[in-house]
Amino acid sequence: MTVLVAGAARTVFGRSAASGRDHAVRAVRAALADAGIGWDRVGAAFGGSDSAGNADTLVAELGLTGLPFVNVKNGCATGGSALVSAVNAIGSGMAEVVLAVGFDKHPAGAFDPRPEDWGLDAAYGRDGLMVTTQFFGIKIQRYLHDHGISAHTLALVAEKAYRNGALTPQAWRRTPLTAAEILDSGLVSDPLTRFMFCSPGEGAAALVLAAPGAAPGAAPGTGRRVRLDSVAVRSRRFGSFEVFSPWIPAGELASVSADAAAAAFEAAGIGPAEVQVAQVQDTEAGAEIMHLAECGFCDHGAQQRLVAEGAFELGGVLPVNTDGGCIANGEPIGASGLRQVVEVVHQLRGTAGERQVPGPPSVGFTHVYGAPGVSACAVLSC
Amino acid sequence: MTTYPAAERCPRCGAELRELELSRRGLLWSWTVQRHQPKSPPYEPPAAGFAPFAVGYVELPEGVRVAAVLDVELPTLAIGMPLLLAAGDGVPRAVAA
Repeated sequence: MTVLVAGAARTVFGRSAASGRDHAVRAVRAALADAGIGWDRVGAAFGGSDSAGNADTLVAELGLTGLPFVNVKNGCATGGSALVSAVNAIGSGMAEVVLAVGFDKHPAGAFDPRPEDWGLDAAYGRDGLMVTTQFFGIKIQRYLHDHGISAHTLALVAEKAYRNGALTPQAWRRTPLTAAEILDSGLVSDPLTRFMFCSPGEGAAALVLAAPGAAPGAAPGTGRRVRLDSVAVRSRRFGSFEVFSPWIPAGELASVSADAAAAAFEAAGIGPAEVQVAQVQDTEAGAEIMHLAECGFCDHGAQQRLVAEGAFELGGVLPVNTDGGCIANGEPIGASGLRQVVEVVHQLRGTAGERQVPGPPSVGFTHVYGAPGVSACAVLSC
Repeated sequence: MTTYPAAERCPRCGAELRELELSRRGLLWSWTVQRHQPKSPPYEPPAAGFAPFAVGYVELPEGVRVAAVLDVELPTLAIGMPLLLAAGDGVPRAVAA
């Protein structure tokens, strides 16, 4: 069954006085306006936030129409899980117009998880191992070693993020930084420096999905109608390397991102070579590099040459994280997965302004990944 | 299939597992350095105060890579370096072998 993106919107991500719920209401209303419909036309809603409250309470602001509103709490895959639920709602005939919304507002500084919440001995907290940046440092350290990739390449990826963020009016970090400044910004978890990391942030993104003809934004003749060809959510299989692991098996490691990407491509009936614009999880610059290979866009190690050649820039063969990604937008956990989809929608419609990929592109891809080992991928086309 | 800490059942297939004492000597699979003081709670800095410390995974002959605090000189950190593991007070600790 064809699922169309009738409306897509996001808020300005960055420190503000707005609450996470304020962001969410703003994003939903903007997505409805983009779709050309009122809240009363929405037949079902799926939404979530990691730490900014229950999404279903938004009906108090949006309108008490009695619609089914399901809360989604899936960590960094919250947006992706909301999306797959919305798609299934349309496919099953539950509703013709469905909302997916994700929002969050995190305090400044690193996340501070407790070991007991993760099934770990308290000593892991006492001794300072409950810090997510360590996982990213350890994983990319090994990856650089195995595949001959340099720290300078990490800096180039982050440099791209700030450059694209400067072209994205709703991004948080909008000041370009050079690779030298990024390398020089102080180590956080070797080999990663401060400016290679995203920061927990705030923001919301919303999508109004519709069966064909069910909303003006999804009507024939509205210019470039974007289709949501597939969404896949996966949790980790045995043998993957995830955050807060007291041990991992030896040998080659599984990847939940690879699983989710493969499932999304199979359901869409295409392969990575057909993607013309992609948003992949860039919790830190190394994550973007590793996820590109895990999702199938290049061989492990090819990133060294491809990044240097500008392959992933706006004018390159595969523009990646065209709105600056998590590095330039910050990471409001519940929102990021949907922010990525909103960006792809703009790129496919040709409404991405100064950061528009030439074409415009016709096939887009999103990938999000997070603790405790969950990934969501989507394929969109126009 | 080896896990750390010892698990009752195999996380892959659910079969019962038996306890095994792991080798102490292994090789460093990967590492990082925690450069900033982690948030408290739950972090408890040492009596001498916080100093950047290394953490990583030590690969043992039993086919398991164990997360450990690495009590080594930071400039000596290198993937593949031999280390000696001890159980520590909950989190394993490694010293240069």
